[in-house]
Amino acid sequence: MGEAIVVTSGKGGVGKTTTSANVGTALALMGKKVCMIDTDIGLRNLDVVMGLENRIIYDLIDVAEGRCRLNQALVKDKRFDELYMLPAAQTKDKNDISPDQVRKIVEELKPDFDYVIIDCPAGIEQGFRNAIAGADHAIVVTTPENAAVRDADRVIGLLEKTSISQPRLVINRIRPNLLKSGDMLEVDDIIQVLAIDLIGIVPDDEDVIKAANQGEPTVMNPNSRAAMAYRNVARRILGETVPLMHLDEKAGVFKRMRKFLGMG
Amino acid sequence: MNVKSLVTIKGIKDGLVFLLDDACELDELLDELEAKLARHEQQLAGPIVHIQIKLGSRQLTEEDKERIRSIIRKQGNFVVQSIESDPVPVGPADYSAYKVQTVTGMVRSGQTLEHEGHLLLLGDVNPGGTVRSTGDIYIMGALRGVAHAGCAGHTEAIITASLMKPTQLRIAEVISRPPDEWASSEPWMEYAYLQDGNMQIDKMAHLHHNRNRALQAKGV
Repeated sequence: MGEAIVVTSGKGGVGKTTTSANVGTALALMGKKVCMIDTDIGLRNLDVVMGLENRIIYDLIDVAEGRCRLNQALVKDKRFDELYMLPAAQTKDKNDISPDQVRKIVEELKPDFDYVIIDCPAGIEQGFRNAIAGADHAIVVTTPENAAVRDADRVIGLLEKTSISQPRLVINRIRPNLLKSGDMLEVDDIIQVLAIDLIGIVPDDEDVIKAANQGEPTVMNPNSRAAMAYRNVARRILGETVPLMHLDEKAGVFKRMRKFLGMG
Repeated sequence: MNVKSLVTIKGIKDGLVFLLDDACELDELLDELEAKLARHEQQLAGPIVHIQIKLGSRQLTEEDKERIRSIIRKQGNFVVQSIESDPVPVGPADYSAYKVQTVTGMVRSGQTLEHEGHLLLLGDVNPGGTVRSTGDIYIMGALRGVAHAGCAGHTEAIITASLMKPTQLRIAEVISRPPDEWASSEPWMEYAYLQDGNMQIDKMAHLHHNRNRALQAKGV
């Protein structure tokens, strides 16, 4: 029996879909059988980030309304045999499906997969309630900005009222140079306010944007810093103890040499 | 005969206001009202006059209010517009009768914790969260959101927190917004209180001056 993890944030644009796609792919890379569900009905993106848009035949609403069987709607990934995606409908909206219907679909998927990753839409309305309905665990994504932390706090409050276990936190899009100059919220400050376990910090990385536009999750690129961070998140989900990465480690040989000579 | 009349009649723009004494017996009051109206019978004949009745702090049943109405109705041109009492004060009149109650948990963004009496919160209040209490608020944790002490109107209420970084503080009707109005960066624990209608922040150690309570501690 697998476990269902919802990826949520409250605020939009903090990287829920990117996190879902990369953590899902990273888990598949480690040999797990993974299904990703896009619950952002009407504004589906997960398929675009995964580069699977042109393979969609049926979607989540089709399954919920019984127009097709569940495994007919699952889109198999082009890179991994054990990675599947259940796309959202683009022509409907959030009210066209109920939390109970989503719960039923997730329950049906769990026996066949090790992990079911649910990509949640922004907001705390119907779409949010749908997404968290079938989840056992939650990952809350935030960025080091006050507005994002505020919304994450709101969402954690809502999650704590459900049967979902204590949510875990991903801090996304950290810019080490802003951190150093003190112009960005510190990781420690964010954890102190939100008071939940940290499961990963992800540095801001241009490769993520490039990769998303090519329909190729960043984790596939071993040279990307963000890829390493997402792989670490996946390893922590599997129960490994992985130390947090150092954010300013990227200094190249040349820069380190300059630093050594007291010029940096 | 009473020195002070139990019934005072005042003229206002659109009628008359009857101010009824709230300390005497009801029957005594009704007798005086009746007597007063009978005495003025001549003057009070004429066009319709609207009457507002103010009972002060006296609370009356519908039955008793009807008795007042029937007395006034004897004057053909009087119409009773309203019978009002002062609003009932909320909570114990004596602030020291409040008890401290402990609540454990975090108040996150969008959540409101409401409480009667003194509140001891073991946990944080995050930005966007609110704690509201009719008595004092003591927070063993960080106060980053809004705290409203004495929300039923007690101005002697105080707010204190291990880490005082509120978005807003309110005591009774007074609203204060740090850091424009005050900033706290002191290493010791502080509390907020009202002085002459203004929010003040002081060292916790000064609270007993403010409340005039000396501690009877054991020891030499």
